[in-house]
Amino acid sequence: MIAQLTRNERQHAILISLAVAISGLLLGLAGRNDPIGIHGALIFVAGVFTIFLIGRDYYTPEPSDERFTHYYDDPTKAGIVLAMIWVVFGLAVGDWAAWQLVNPDLTFGGGWSSFGRIRPVHTTSVIFGFGGNGLIATSLYVLQRTSRARLPDQLSPWFVLVGYNLFCVLAVTGYLMGITQSKEYAEPEWYADIWLVIVWVVYFLIYLRTLARRKEPHIYVSNWYYMAFILVVAMLHIVNNLAVPVSLGHAKSYSLFSGVQDAMTQWWYGHNAVAFFLTAGFLGMMYYFLPIRAGRPIFSYRLSIISFWGITFFYMWAGSHHLHYTALPQWVQTLGMTFSLMLLIPSWASAGNALLTLNGAWHKVRDDATLRFMMVAAVFYGLTTFEGSFMAIRSVNSLSHYTDWTIGHVHAGALGWVAMITFGAIYASVPWLWKREAMYSARLVEAHFWLALAGTVIYVFAMWNSGIVQGLMWRTYNESGTLAFSFVDSLIAMHPYYIARAIGGLLFLIGGGVGAYNIWMTIKLPTQATEKAGDLPEPRPVGGVSHQPAE
Amino acid sequence: MSIFGFHYRLERKAIGLVLGIIAVASIGGLVEIAPLFTIHQTVEDAPDMRLYTPLELAGRNIYIREGCYACHSQMIRTLRDEVDRYGPYSLAVESKYDHPMLWGSKRTGPDLARIGEKYSDQWHVAHLINPRDVVPVSIMPAYDWLLSTELRTDDLDLHLKAQRAVGVPYTNDMIANAPLDAYGQSNPDSPQAEGVTKRYGKATTVRAFDGRASQLTEMDALVAYLQVLGRLTDAAHKPIAQAGAE
Repeated sequence: MIAQLTRNERQHAILISLAVAISGLLLGLAGRNDPIGIHGALIFVAGVFTIFLIGRDYYTPEPSDERFTHYYDDPTKAGIVLAMIWVVFGLAVGDWAAWQLVNPDLTFGGGWSSFGRIRPVHTTSVIFGFGGNGLIATSLYVLQRTSRARLPDQLSPWFVLVGYNLFCVLAVTGYLMGITQSKEYAEPEWYADIWLVIVWVVYFLIYLRTLARRKEPHIYVSNWYYMAFILVVAMLHIVNNLAVPVSLGHAKSYSLFSGVQDAMTQWWYGHNAVAFFLTAGFLGMMYYFLPIRAGRPIFSYRLSIISFWGITFFYMWAGSHHLHYTALPQWVQTLGMTFSLMLLIPSWASAGNALLTLNGAWHKVRDDATLRFMMVAAVFYGLTTFEGSFMAIRSVNSLSHYTDWTIGHVHAGALGWVAMITFGAIYASVPWLWKREAMYSARLVEAHFWLALAGTVIYVFAMWNSGIVQGLMWRTYNESGTLAFSFVDSLIAMHPYYIARAIGGLLFLIGGGVGAYNIWMTIKLPTQATEKAGDLPEPRPVGGVSHQPAE
Repeated sequence: MSIFGFHYRLERKAIGLVLGIIAVASIGGLVEIAPLFTIHQTVEDAPDMRLYTPLELAGRNIYIREGCYACHSQMIRTLRDEVDRYGPYSLAVESKYDHPMLWGSKRTGPDLARIGEKYSDQWHVAHLINPRDVVPVSIMPAYDWLLSTELRTDDLDLHLKAQRAVGVPYTNDMIANAPLDAYGQSNPDSPQAEGVTKRYGKATTVRAFDGRASQLTEMDALVAYLQVLGRLTDAAHKPIAQAGAE
């Protein structure tokens, strides 16, 4: 890793690490009576450790100019490995949390291990740890190939990847110590949030700098989505996390907004974290890897334009459907519902575009589990967006809100769409990246596919059932006009579904473990494949698939 | 020129795409969020609204720290069954001083918006020590260690200051006495108890929440917070016409 940096970059890396270490030291000293002090120490150690790593190889020879004839894929490789570590960890914690709802004594008595603290550990690990690393890794891969330009330098992608993972580690360890803002999917506190902004700006600059040097006149559709992901997530992150810390020595901060304004801001953020983190970025992934793997061009360039701008515009209005029948003014609720319904059009345009791209390649879907991962992802994307629009209708939402139906919906999207498309993209790119003929075991990919699909289906059906049962029990009246069931009655009725859910999650987790093993064994295989034309930043068509619009 | 022809040229310009994305993505939030700060009817007036005491605020921070919001909502919707089950539907003004709000999104356990004074302190303490002692089928985690964890009070003035910076009208007097008020509120026989009602109003509950006046624990703070939920103002219990007017 260090050997690939120029002397100049090594010096910069040392300076950056030094700045990080000093910041950590100051945080640690200022917050020695507060949990933030532990994070300060952690940041300090991370900075010093990085300086040590660079210093150890500081005098190794600089990379030769030969590197400019290749894409720079090492950060992508590291990102994929990190994504697989995060997914196994995040799924394991998620399944543990699921079993806690079956048997509450599975906290083992610790404060750190209670459901309220490990739930954000699960969500952050899978969304930001797995999803985020997957997005960073694939975006750098796709950006270079669709622009036919190498990344602008060697240091900034490493800064983004390492810095981003430091953010994830701060987030997850923070929850276990009780550091949280309580804003769902935006739990990390102010200092971690500021750090993420710095990382994110560098990430965006990599994009602009690479695009500026591109040898293709057009910017490929994947990059529109990746750029929308980076830009809008920055917007959402900054606004929703505006807060005043108690002091520089306190992890705790108080949100700038309160009550109804805070609720609207939070769900404007929350829903668009789904839109731009969990949808736009992964659509970018799909628009590159699905056509490449299928060997077919994207079905419709025009459909991709309509769906891109539709998603970018409509999604931003939809957040208020999380607040139906609450103290939020009704005009905002109605706008949210209306735009959620309209959102179905660009969403299905994307899903349809993906599935129609497979026309002429369905025999490959049958034989190739990697492509099947992507196909099933597109199907789940279509199903989940339909379900989402449906649940945004006020009268439906009155039943589904606050119940497990929401959890089922989220997991149909997260397991069925986000994880499946990512596994597909990873299985496609790992042999290309490590120059292997194929994955270590195609049968293990097949096994992973069926475990993932079975786990998702069991999970989602269990939560549909429990959610609807719960919602109906809460609103059922008996003949004398009083409520028929106590809350505890509904809790008892959930028990079998909670067991089923935990089993579904376990299958998905085993699948993830199989995938991680398979990827690890592929990396350990001796190099076999010769370099493919697509690995070189020269103007050569790849596999007959053009990344340019047909018109 | 067709729209696709326009796009064909737009997608050759990185900055054009960036500006387009920012413009298109900004509209929704501007239209839906900005007016909530300017339209007066968004939050009702409630002259009787009181502030969280330092002890209640500390309890609220424990509620946040433990992730209670992941399973308990604090937002009763305008639906008949919810009003029958939990009480009058929640008004925006009731969370006016909630930085951040804790409306929640999931009810693995019941809504807590009006839990205040519905159960005794003893019930809450027993329930938090081991929920299954009072609700045999409960799946809530046990928080027995709150009873043996001393509450940190030395920095409560800083907390109130930060709250004031984001718009909660704490006075200098309240800020200066924050640590003492926290002690006084859980120790009714102490000389500090009087200051709490003086500064926060007669309706403030002053009790040994965890059953022991001698020690100020995290259990005191959390129970004090739970007992004030839904009781900062009476606005929600008044007829709709009055609550909504002015």
